[in-house]
Amino acid sequence: MMKRILAVLFCLCALPASAAVKVLATVPEWGALAREIGGERVEVMEATSARQDPHRIEARPSLIARARAADLLIATGAELEIGWLPVLLRESGNARIQPGQAGFLEAAAEVTLRDKPTTLDRSMGDVHAAGDPHFQLDPRNIPPVARALTERLVRIDPAGAETYRANLARFRTRWQEALARWEAKAAPLKGLPFLQVHRSFGYLAAWLGMEGRGELEPKPGVEPGSAHLARIVAEQQASPAALILCAAYQDETAARYVAQRARIALVTLPFTVGGTPEAKDLFGLFDDTLERLLKAARDATP
Amino acid sequence: MQSRLLAAALVCACAWPDAALPQTGANAFNPEVSLILQGAYKHRKSIDERHIGGFVTADHHHDGDDHGDDKRGFVLDHSELVLGANIDPYFRGQATIAVLDGEVELEEAWFQSTSLGHGVGLKAGRFLSGIGYANEQHQHQWDFYEQPLMYKALFGEHGYTHDGVQLKWVAPLATFLEFGVELGRGQNFPGTDRNTNGANSRALFAHVGDDIGASHSWRAGLSWLHTRAEARENHFESDTYGEVHGAFTGRSRAWLADFVYKWSPDGNPAQRNFKFQAEYFQRRESGDLAAEDENETPLGENPYRTRQSGFYLAGVYQFTPNWRAGLRYDRLNSGSQRLGDNPADIEIEHDHPHRLTAMVDYNWSEFSRLRLQFARDRAMPGITDNQITLQYVMSLGSHGAHKF
Repeated sequence: MMKRILAVLFCLCALPASAAVKVLATVPEWGALAREIGGERVEVMEATSARQDPHRIEARPSLIARARAADLLIATGAELEIGWLPVLLRESGNARIQPGQAGFLEAAAEVTLRDKPTTLDRSMGDVHAAGDPHFQLDPRNIPPVARALTERLVRIDPAGAETYRANLARFRTRWQEALARWEAKAAPLKGLPFLQVHRSFGYLAAWLGMEGRGELEPKPGVEPGSAHLARIVAEQQASPAALILCAAYQDETAARYVAQRARIALVTLPFTVGGTPEAKDLFGLFDDTLERLLKAARDATP
Repeated sequence: MQSRLLAAALVCACAWPDAALPQTGANAFNPEVSLILQGAYKHRKSIDERHIGGFVTADHHHDGDDHGDDKRGFVLDHSELVLGANIDPYFRGQATIAVLDGEVELEEAWFQSTSLGHGVGLKAGRFLSGIGYANEQHQHQWDFYEQPLMYKALFGEHGYTHDGVQLKWVAPLATFLEFGVELGRGQNFPGTDRNTNGANSRALFAHVGDDIGASHSWRAGLSWLHTRAEARENHFESDTYGEVHGAFTGRSRAWLADFVYKWSPDGNPAQRNFKFQAEYFQRRESGDLAAEDENETPLGENPYRTRQSGFYLAGVYQFTPNWRAGLRYDRLNSGSQRLGDNPADIEIEHDHPHRLTAMVDYNWSEFSRLRLQFARDRAMPGITDNQITLQYVMSLGSHGAHKF
């Protein structure tokens, strides 16, 4: 009898282990990466969509339920999710995904961040002490995160080690090929001056050699007023930017205002996986981003 | 020696931003420190004994205490100092200290587990109870200047706080389902400090919530609170004896139902969002009321039984990133209040206190807010108080994230 009870208990305990590794990604790009590396062995949940501002969402009940179930949490870090992730972690009652555990992966720790502020003061707006957290738009930042993610998946699910490593190798080969293709294709974008709504595209610009002419937001996270926008429009008379970049989740009102008055092309970029219908995965994200930039650049300089 | 210490402290302070860089937020070695500054300009009637019609409230405890509610003109509300940090890989701690003039109140001081796993959360110390929806929110989180009338009737100026333990469990389901149980000292209204072994306050709550598509999310809850009071003092009016002191000994049981719904286009609340919240309560108190007149002459003991209820409905709409507007309706029912033979001839007030509040607030950023509010307050029978409030809430420092 005892043996039978033990056997039943063993089966119950063994069940979750045989099921897929549940990965909770705070933003869609890490969800997409987890699908590339984890394949069939993982079940990916995403806390935000490409239509949502990752700085601003709330620790909704549905997210607590997802965090409760997760075996691995992959976050951008660098304070991007500071407004909701700490609450989510505390409320989830899930010890596996707490900072310091194998189930907590901070992608920002794997890359070198740009624009680290030298002084921290809220009068400068929503500054991130660790640096600009929107590093997913430099494709050279993806492989180090992929490697770290693979290591974590191997630690959490050793039985799948071979699969994860094989998927990583395949992904890196494909990524290197794509990178060469993207860089060749993006040559006309070099030196192209652009404005952006929020400082979302610093890494993309650094990778492509585009020239940033500032943001429409007077300070990070602060909505631009009409006087501020009028000043930007006036500045465009002397040295016009070629493009205004807006992320799919951002409100276009201010960008449209400047675009119309200064006669600059407004380009809405996916920003992350799912931001446009074409950006279905990480490859699609960069394919579509470049496609949209190149088209706008062609139209801007006929 | 002292100057060397000071120098060391200065070096540490200057080195702080750099030292904090490699960590993120809640991981930082330095505690998260934040200070909330709150104040208002209040225009309202001068009312001698402001109370809620037909309800015995906590305010009557503080005899002659000039609590914020009665002040008019320029008013500084208490400043909240919040300190929090992870203690080690197993625990997190937080304290909220409210300061105003000569008054320092330890609003919360607790630690909670971070490593129990299996959906279990343990909290111990002094904390705002998890009952209801608005109870866990501090003043700076409120969408209106005052908290709902039902909270004021139930617990007094702030939400229900007790010293004790809370155990929560999140069920391993795709839908959010959480259960909580609390045992505490029960020292605050409607209970009293009884200096006994065991738990003087007991609370149970359950929350369920989910998303409907990308744009809608909701949470509903049911809570129950049981406390005991021993010689809980209140004033009563008596037709025969004038003002009568009453001391209630007995038990107080309340249950609350709460619901909150939030909408934002595609789940992105940055530009526009809407929040609807509603709560309902029912409270029963039963025991004895020992009455005495102003010369402390005993007027006998009455059996004391009440059954009271109330609710509020509130909606807040953010129509641009900076502006929000809100409307709230409060209504209570003084219900049945039975005093047996009533030898002290205590006057029983029957009323339906209600209040309609409209507010609009401007937010320069998530850290600064200015609010203009108009309230038509009918909390006392026969008095309509049209109140205008201009309020500010400013938060300094690394202010932690709020719950849903």
